[in-house]
Amino acid sequence: MKVDVLHIAKLANLTLSKEEIAKYEEQLSSILSYIDKLQKVDTKNVPETSQVTGLENVTSDDQTFPSLSQDDALSNSQNKHNGLFKVKGILNDQP
Amino acid sequence: MTSHNNLTIKKAREGLLKKDFSAVELLNAYLEQIERKNSELNAFITVCKSEALEQAKHADKLLSEGQDLPLLGIPIALKDIYSTKGIQTTAGSNVLKGYIPPFDATVVARLKEAGAVIIGKTNLDAWAHGSSGENSDFGPTKNPWNTDFVPGGSSSGSAVSVSAQMAIAATGTDTGGSIRLPASFTNTVGLKPTYGRVSRYGIVAMASSLDSIGHFTKNVEDSALFLNVTAGNDPLDGTTPTVEVPDYTKKLDKDIKGIRIGIPKEYFIAGMDPKVRENIEKAIKFYEENGCKIEQISLPHTEYAIATYYIIQPAEVSSNLARYDGIRYGNKRKTFGEEAKRRIMLGTFTLSVGYYDAYYKKALKVRTLLIKDFEEAFKKVDAIIAPVSPTLPWKIGEKANDPLSMYLSDVFTVTANITGHPGLSIPTGFVDGFPVGMQIIGPHFKEELLFNLGHRYEQEHKWFERNPYET
Repeated sequence: MKVDVLHIAKLANLTLSKEEIAKYEEQLSSILSYIDKLQKVDTKNVPETSQVTGLENVTSDDQTFPSLSQDDALSNSQNKHNGLFKVKGILNDQP
Repeated sequence: MTSHNNLTIKKAREGLLKKDFSAVELLNAYLEQIERKNSELNAFITVCKSEALEQAKHADKLLSEGQDLPLLGIPIALKDIYSTKGIQTTAGSNVLKGYIPPFDATVVARLKEAGAVIIGKTNLDAWAHGSSGENSDFGPTKNPWNTDFVPGGSSSGSAVSVSAQMAIAATGTDTGGSIRLPASFTNTVGLKPTYGRVSRYGIVAMASSLDSIGHFTKNVEDSALFLNVTAGNDPLDGTTPTVEVPDYTKKLDKDIKGIRIGIPKEYFIAGMDPKVRENIEKAIKFYEENGCKIEQISLPHTEYAIATYYIIQPAEVSSNLARYDGIRYGNKRKTFGEEAKRRIMLGTFTLSVGYYDAYYKKALKVRTLLIKDFEEAFKKVDAIIAPVSPTLPWKIGEKANDPLSMYLSDVFTVTANITGHPGLSIPTGFVDGFPVGMQIIGPHFKEELLFNLGHRYEQEHKWFERNPYET
């Protein structure tokens, strides 16, 4: 199977070089052709499993507890302004 | 190297309590070994010298006051994917280079409460993506038994830190074999607990439905002692059930007569190294001679495990790594390394419109069938024994350009992650100078049985007493 690497990279928000595009095209299709062996397995009427120990609907009490301070939350950001995270404009062209 | 570097947790605790040596002296022996060996082995990304000294001094104070905690004064290394308050946590990736977490992972908090001294943060395949340690953005870790060869991954630095006597024990994570494989390649004991037995909170997520939080120790008894500290429900991780946590050291010596052990025929495949096979068969003989009932069993869907794993795991990876935007913490997405990008792309593809049913949904169904295989098997046997790896360690660089062949090195380990079962990797001797290991797999939350079986074997063979620097 040929994978549209550029489209996938766009969905995943990754920027790839020309060489990477060619390399991933080849490697992903080789991995996918291996994975395709699953199509041979009869899974009619087999339910899906995503949680293996049988836990369901784990909830916690609706109570507040101490969390990170504003300073701690911002401590690793390279883009902050007036105690807030600074991000690129979304609705305009401003940087 | 002093005699302190040979110690198990148990022996080190005895020495500390008897005042044969102080926690600071113990720590210094390990810091000196790191100083001697780390430039060659590249096991540590960060060594926490000053913080560790403070913790060791504090441990000595508590010891002088007659206090006793399960890991008081024991130097422990952490895979650099465990968040540590105030200490850089990279996950082996340039994306998190320079990131200083403002909080501790639950396991780190529990280790500190138990008196452990955190000696450093160990190298790993970036984001725990790999079977060899070569995918680290901080350079590959070397196998101390032969530095031209890989130590196994992804918890490569943690395995090597224990094997090369730079820490008494170390933490790891096992999503597809990342503890068991490097344990078997380095002559250490590696535990992958039942999914949910140990909290994932504060550990950088790889694939959330598969990630198991475990550790490396020199021997089985230490592994049980360590799990006593880390296991149990954590309100901050909704997948940790309130299943009782026993004292895992209690049943180590129990008689193993009559225990039924299954040998799955699918784990003794044609392509396997015949010397490794012979080694594992010899270990199985021990159980036979000691009154266990050995039964040939079948886990019929085994051949589909890797394919299932390489759908579910990259799908969860692509979702977990989507959070790294370089805005709140960490660096920009362009700093992702080659393997992380490959897995993000693969996962994004199998989750995308038009392919979701054929790949992702299909894999979740085969997951159910793999679980059924084990449920059927555990009706007939109490535990399963299998090799950890079909081969010995490979040369650094040998599989670097062939991701599929690298993925296939996990052929015997991924299934326990897909099904959530616990697995204990135990040294079974040496082939051509390289360590080999077997894994004992049990039903959910039956770690006690694995320790019992492992300990009895180990008491007879004591492979753990060998180290790469013995003269």
